[in-house]
Amino acid sequence: MLDNSKPIHLQASVIIPGAAQGEALVTTSPLSFWGGICAETGEIIDRRHEKSGEIVTGKIFAFPNGRGSSTSSATLLECIRAGTAPAAIINSLVDSAMALASIVADELYGKSVPVLLLSEEDFAELHDGDSVQIHPDGRIVVSK
Amino acid sequence: MTVHLSRNDQQMLDGRFGPGCQMAMRIVVRLAEACGVAELMDVTQAHIDGCGLLSESSLFFAETLAGKGAKVSIPTTLSMGPLDLQNWQKFNIDPSYADKAIRQGRAYESMGCIPTWTCAPYQSYLTPRFGQQIAWGESNAVVYANSVLGARTNRYADFHDICAAITGRVPMCGLHLQENRKGQVLLQLTDIQADQMQGDDFYAALGYLIGIRTLNQIPVIGGMPTEVTSDNLKALGAAAASSGAVMLFHAVGITPEAATLDQACHGDKPQQVVEVTLQDIQLARKELSTAAKADPIDAVILGCPHFSFDEFRQLAQCVRTSQAKHIGPATRFIVKTSRTSYSLVRQNEMLDLFEGFGIEITLDTCVFHTPILEPDTKVIMTNSGKCAYYAPGELGVKVAFGSMQQCVDSAVKGCVC
Repeated sequence: MLDNSKPIHLQASVIIPGAAQGEALVTTSPLSFWGGICAETGEIIDRRHEKSGEIVTGKIFAFPNGRGSSTSSATLLECIRAGTAPAAIINSLVDSAMALASIVADELYGKSVPVLLLSEEDFAELHDGDSVQIHPDGRIVVSK
Repeated sequence: MTVHLSRNDQQMLDGRFGPGCQMAMRIVVRLAEACGVAELMDVTQAHIDGCGLLSESSLFFAETLAGKGAKVSIPTTLSMGPLDLQNWQKFNIDPSYADKAIRQGRAYESMGCIPTWTCAPYQSYLTPRFGQQIAWGESNAVVYANSVLGARTNRYADFHDICAAITGRVPMCGLHLQENRKGQVLLQLTDIQADQMQGDDFYAALGYLIGIRTLNQIPVIGGMPTEVTSDNLKALGAAAASSGAVMLFHAVGITPEAATLDQACHGDKPQQVVEVTLQDIQLARKELSTAAKADPIDAVILGCPHFSFDEFRQLAQCVRTSQAKHIGPATRFIVKTSRTSYSLVRQNEMLDLFEGFGIEITLDTCVFHTPILEPDTKVIMTNSGKCAYYAPGELGVKVAFGSMQQCVDSAVKGCVC
């Protein structure tokens, strides 16, 4: 039987460093933040996306990579300003728009969202509802 | 990761060229560091998308940079903005919203950007040349510049774009480099007759399908007819960049890096071959629609990306073909275009035809970025794969996808047909 009581330790590459803790929201479908997330509410509004209707605010939001609009960085920046952003973002491919939004948020407001990169194999260890702790050095502790 | 800086880069970072340039350079360098790119490179043209969406943070960012005296160092065009700057009063826009939108526009114009205000800059002004290294934002413009023009750009995120324009420097990575432009998946159009590939909706549906099928790989399209137009390729790229992450496609015998399949794949075989049949296209058409046949239509929306002069001419033909005098009383018909294309139409008798028919033309902006639709709008119709893809989420409406002629006919009847 699978032992779910022991936390899993993963090592991510750090794109934007920071500490965070929260519940995981995980999708394997790429997402465009613009047209995909409402900055006022943090809701996933891409009605074609499997997580349509979920709220990203305060979550450890794991999606493989961005796609679609180059305005995604503007949406994430506004989410950070408005307090509707995820607690951290985990990708499996580098998405410069997420990093850029976090850097600009730091420049303008002194706030940023940690952005981390996991291998596809480690990314597959994350599941909805997991309790996730992120350390500034990229260590990720996942408890079921 | 340490980023190698030239003497000039270091001077920008040290504030020798003022605090605005310093802030832009700091963002460029921090992003290169974050993404693990050690080298920067020059770009010689930019297209700004960060001017499009209006939010508290986007306005603060633009006014912060402009207030610090930042100026662009390379020719820089602007994508659509959050307001029809010339006609907004006609569209019942809240003046306090307009005031902020005008402020954001002024901030970008004061930094030296060219007020093109269009998401289709490649059909408007300052078209990049083959091989030119550029920093473009706006996903449809990026895919067109890379694919159809053969210029080289990554998809510059909002706010990165203006920093690249100010500094003239970008991280050296991705599609700026020849080795990353190799075609990977061959999509072979199979058993589709030439006349079935003529409609404007065919290319939008094909683009949607390509975005879904190729994920992050570079598609090569085989079997596309040579008479494909700039507007067809615009529709294809815009849809592919919405449903997927396509930033570059090759079309064998059509686009400049794909005289042959062999050239498109840099001498290798494609990693994957996918046949695309008429049935696939029909299915894509259906997937783009969320409204049902006979649903009442509140608005038809064309010009996503912005309408060209040729598309206006095609629309005039569709209006004549409909044999109707006016669209239905409960339906609006909005066409979005650039001031450049509009200046050509204005000198043409077509404009009287459009006005008489009930068509509203809006410049400089987009229904996704300006509050031009009534809040109770429930169903829209479009011939754009991009608009159809985003409308349900961004506008909270049902969408019907169809050809330009179907859009006109449906507007006349007031329902999807």
